[in-house]
Amino acid sequence: MKRTTPDSALIWRKVSRRGMLVGGLQIGFGAMLALRMRHLQVDQADQFRLLADENRINVRLIPPARGEIYDRNGVILAQNEPSYRITIIPEDAGDVDLVLRKLSHLVYVSEEDIARTKAEIKRSAPFLPVTILNRVTWDDISRVAVNAPSLPGIAPEVGLSRQYPLEDLFAHAVGYVGPVSSRDLENSDDPDPLLRIPRFQIGKVGIEAKYEELLRGRAGAKRVEVNALGRVMRELDRREGTAGANLQLTLDASLQSYCKARLGEESASVVVMDCINGELLAIASAPSYDPNKFVRGISYADYGALRDNDHRPLASKTVQDAYPPGSTFKMVTALAALEAGVISPNETVYCPGHFEVSGRKFHCWKGGGHGNVDLDKSLRESCDVYYYDLAIKVGIENLSAMARRLGLGERHDIPMSAVTTGLIPSREWKLANRNAEWVVGDTVNASIGQGFVSSSPLQLAVMTARIATGRSLVPKLIKSIDGAPAGPDMPRESLGLNENNLRFIRRAMYNVTNDRRGTAYGSRIIEDAFRMAGKTGTSQVRNISQAEREQGVTSNADLPWNRRDHALFVDFAPFDDPRISVAVVVEHGGAGSSAAAPIARDITLQALYNGDPPLSAYPSKDRNRIAKQQKDIRDLMPDLNAIKRERA
Amino acid sequence: MSYLEYRVKAVPTGFRKVLYLHWGLILLLIAAASVGFIMLYSVAGGSLSPWADPQIKRFIVGMIGMFVVAMVPIWFWRNISAVAYLIALCLLAVVEFFGTTGMGAQRWIDLGFMRLQPSEVAKITTVMVLAAYYDWLPPEKVSRPFWVLIPLVLIMIPVAMVLQQPDLGTSLLLLAAGGTVMFVAGLHWAYFASVIVAGVGGIFAVFQSRGTEWQLIKDYQFRRIDTFLDPASDPLGAGYHITQSKIALGSGGWTGRGFMQGTQSRLNFLPEKHTDFIFTTLAEEFGFIGGMSLLAIYLLIVIFCIASALRHKDRYSTLLTIGIAMTFFLFFAVNMSMVMGMAPVVGVPLPLVSYGGSAMLVLLGAFGLVQSAHVHRPRGTIK
Repeated sequence: MKRTTPDSALIWRKVSRRGMLVGGLQIGFGAMLALRMRHLQVDQADQFRLLADENRINVRLIPPARGEIYDRNGVILAQNEPSYRITIIPEDAGDVDLVLRKLSHLVYVSEEDIARTKAEIKRSAPFLPVTILNRVTWDDISRVAVNAPSLPGIAPEVGLSRQYPLEDLFAHAVGYVGPVSSRDLENSDDPDPLLRIPRFQIGKVGIEAKYEELLRGRAGAKRVEVNALGRVMRELDRREGTAGANLQLTLDASLQSYCKARLGEESASVVVMDCINGELLAIASAPSYDPNKFVRGISYADYGALRDNDHRPLASKTVQDAYPPGSTFKMVTALAALEAGVISPNETVYCPGHFEVSGRKFHCWKGGGHGNVDLDKSLRESCDVYYYDLAIKVGIENLSAMARRLGLGERHDIPMSAVTTGLIPSREWKLANRNAEWVVGDTVNASIGQGFVSSSPLQLAVMTARIATGRSLVPKLIKSIDGAPAGPDMPRESLGLNENNLRFIRRAMYNVTNDRRGTAYGSRIIEDAFRMAGKTGTSQVRNISQAEREQGVTSNADLPWNRRDHALFVDFAPFDDPRISVAVVVEHGGAGSSAAAPIARDITLQALYNGDPPLSAYPSKDRNRIAKQQKDIRDLMPDLNAIKRERA
Repeated sequence: MSYLEYRVKAVPTGFRKVLYLHWGLILLLIAAASVGFIMLYSVAGGSLSPWADPQIKRFIVGMIGMFVVAMVPIWFWRNISAVAYLIALCLLAVVEFFGTTGMGAQRWIDLGFMRLQPSEVAKITTVMVLAAYYDWLPPEKVSRPFWVLIPLVLIMIPVAMVLQQPDLGTSLLLLAAGGTVMFVAGLHWAYFASVIVAGVGGIFAVFQSRGTEWQLIKDYQFRRIDTFLDPASDPLGAGYHITQSKIALGSGGWTGRGFMQGTQSRLNFLPEKHTDFIFTTLAEEFGFIGGMSLLAIYLLIVIFCIASALRHKDRYSTLLTIGIAMTFFLFFAVNMSMVMGMAPVVGVPLPLVSYGGSAMLVLLGAFGLVQSAHVHRPRGTIK
């Protein structure tokens, strides 16, 4: 038995003391913990609660339905159609390989798709759906849906995708949509969060692009609670977005489809404009392309074929290409001279077939010359020498000013891509761009719409409409936005031209198509109410050398296609009370009178009759041919009633 | 005072012992464990499975074990202290060679019905053997260098083995608990002063070793220290735990977001929400008041133990009780510091609350020892 020594008693007290010290330290530390907790939970509570909410609440966008696009009669040009996808949720599928094998017995799934799906499954969270097949047919979807019980994890999903039911008919005007690219994002300062959605579809060209913001609509949003892995646990609230605005165009789908069918295989374009309010009724460029291919993602081969085609299907020839207007420009020269008072309509110029100025020889298209030519004859028979003479008299300033007044050399504000300004040259322009002084020969060339002058078919249609009405019509493509008329009516003030001068020009144009000696007499309309006034144009795309001239100019038919002349024709009708103006350009079509005028005449009649004209409107010797042509074209035209907008 | 010196008649015997149990302590243990059950039910999304139900069963088993241990006289436990210590070392050796690897460390022996974590056992047995050592050592020799070396070796062997697993947190806890026993046993201040100096030097050495061939701790441990010092530096990586944990705590406010309404834990933003980070869920759902209540229960348990220890008449009981109180204290102090961003994430569970079998069973066994010391305290005079 141990004795309790004073020493050990001392140490025992030390134990008690130290035990209490330990306890005290522990309580002290506990108090510190409590203070820390108070700091976190009471002092900083608001801040941390905010952080907790940021953790758990995710804002998801609800993409709005894109606005639809209709023609003036409610035919759908661009719509959203449900597109079906087949997706797989890996965690529900269990054995992914087995499920995919079963699926491939039901619908066609390529090896490529399977490999891509598996790769994607590896990358993504197991509860997120992975798309196996895109754009599957309704049949396939229903087959999958019926067999759903044996296909765990497979889910058919529906989304909206853009569709153009008339395919290539409005490709150039309406354009197409495509997934937003990083370049789109760089070039735009649009803060719309929708653009951040991967593969969100935005307008790429045409009206789809120009009216992108209106068509897109406003995104809705839903707030969802997510867990740490990003799985959505529940929806907290949602705010629906606003669907994009529906656009109604001034275009008439039936006229447009007639135009396209009538242009046929040519590389050509036509613009039909309403002379009363400037509305564009048809704006067709041939050949065209199917915008649906671009929406789906065009294959490299298909794109290559479009790009390498020498008829340039991708080009929107009506607005983006500027051609030498050729003789269709002669009205401008004539009006400029009349307005400047340098000639009177009855004054004659002798045409020997050529014209010499400052040592250069300019030829008339008619080698033998037209003899004595007055204004009416000069337009009717398209005498070049008459205009060479006028050009010297009137000067380039007056000529350019008149061209601009008539809407040439001006970039008309219509919502299509790459609308060209064309070119109406001036002394300053030549000095700045060609680094050369303007010479009188340039004026001579310009007087017959050659040389530097160039204009788009749209500008020619505007010019013709302005001559027909004497008013400053501007083209208009959008009729209404969500049912509300688009913008104020375009200004239609008088151009301030002398009405008598205009009347001379119109009369001469009337004679082009209705006088036996007129260049387009073969393309006349014999229905009195719808008489047409027009002007042919044949614009050279090559220089004719002196040597060639001496041997006899090679006829267009003997030249390779891409060196033949462009054929042009502009007209307005009816002559007494103009309602429409038409411009037709057939690239490398040869003579305007034979290649462009018949097309313009048919289209003019089609527009005036709002459908196939009676054969009685045609000269009797053409009727059999026209009847056959009408039938052929009817076969090419789509049934528009099938895709008319359903009205409540 | 050896057990032979007890006046056996002054010690409760038979079923009377039950009356002398520290019932206040038992109630507190049940209270703490109940908090655990509620939280485990909550983090499971309002379900007894998979955590609350086994936890309750284990707690019942543990309580029975505690009673059994408490009924056995404390002198028996003192006499087998050395054996228990050796067994624990053997278990540590076994886990070194045959253990199940979890979270990059060998920590468990899979017994089938439960995973035994020998380091938990070692914590208690080290305290036991130290208490027995100082009970045996004449008090005047306590501060003599040779007699200081022996307990140091007794501590360092299990510390080294646990460090080998590697489990830095537990080895530090072992060191601290052992040191506390030595401190309370009356070791001279100078030793502790030198240990502190050495400790600072050691920490310096550890950081100096970073990136060298003789690197003293693992890379992940360095990273944990880095993120502890600056959690914002890596908010989605290693700092994620601390950042999310602080968000959960902070968003609780005074009264919390309500039972089962904690978004941080329910939506899995919290890591280890049923084990090491369960306190954050408690604080998120029951707020400052809830967290403080648990802290108060814990501190009361420690205070009860120390009060009991100071009334013991033998050094074994005193030192053992204080050592166990310290072990328990270190558990919750380190865990809470960790989730509040005051300590690195070291993987120490919240005692009695965190889901986990062996930690709770061992702790309840240790409280059995505390109870045994309490029950078998001589009441009356010593002859």
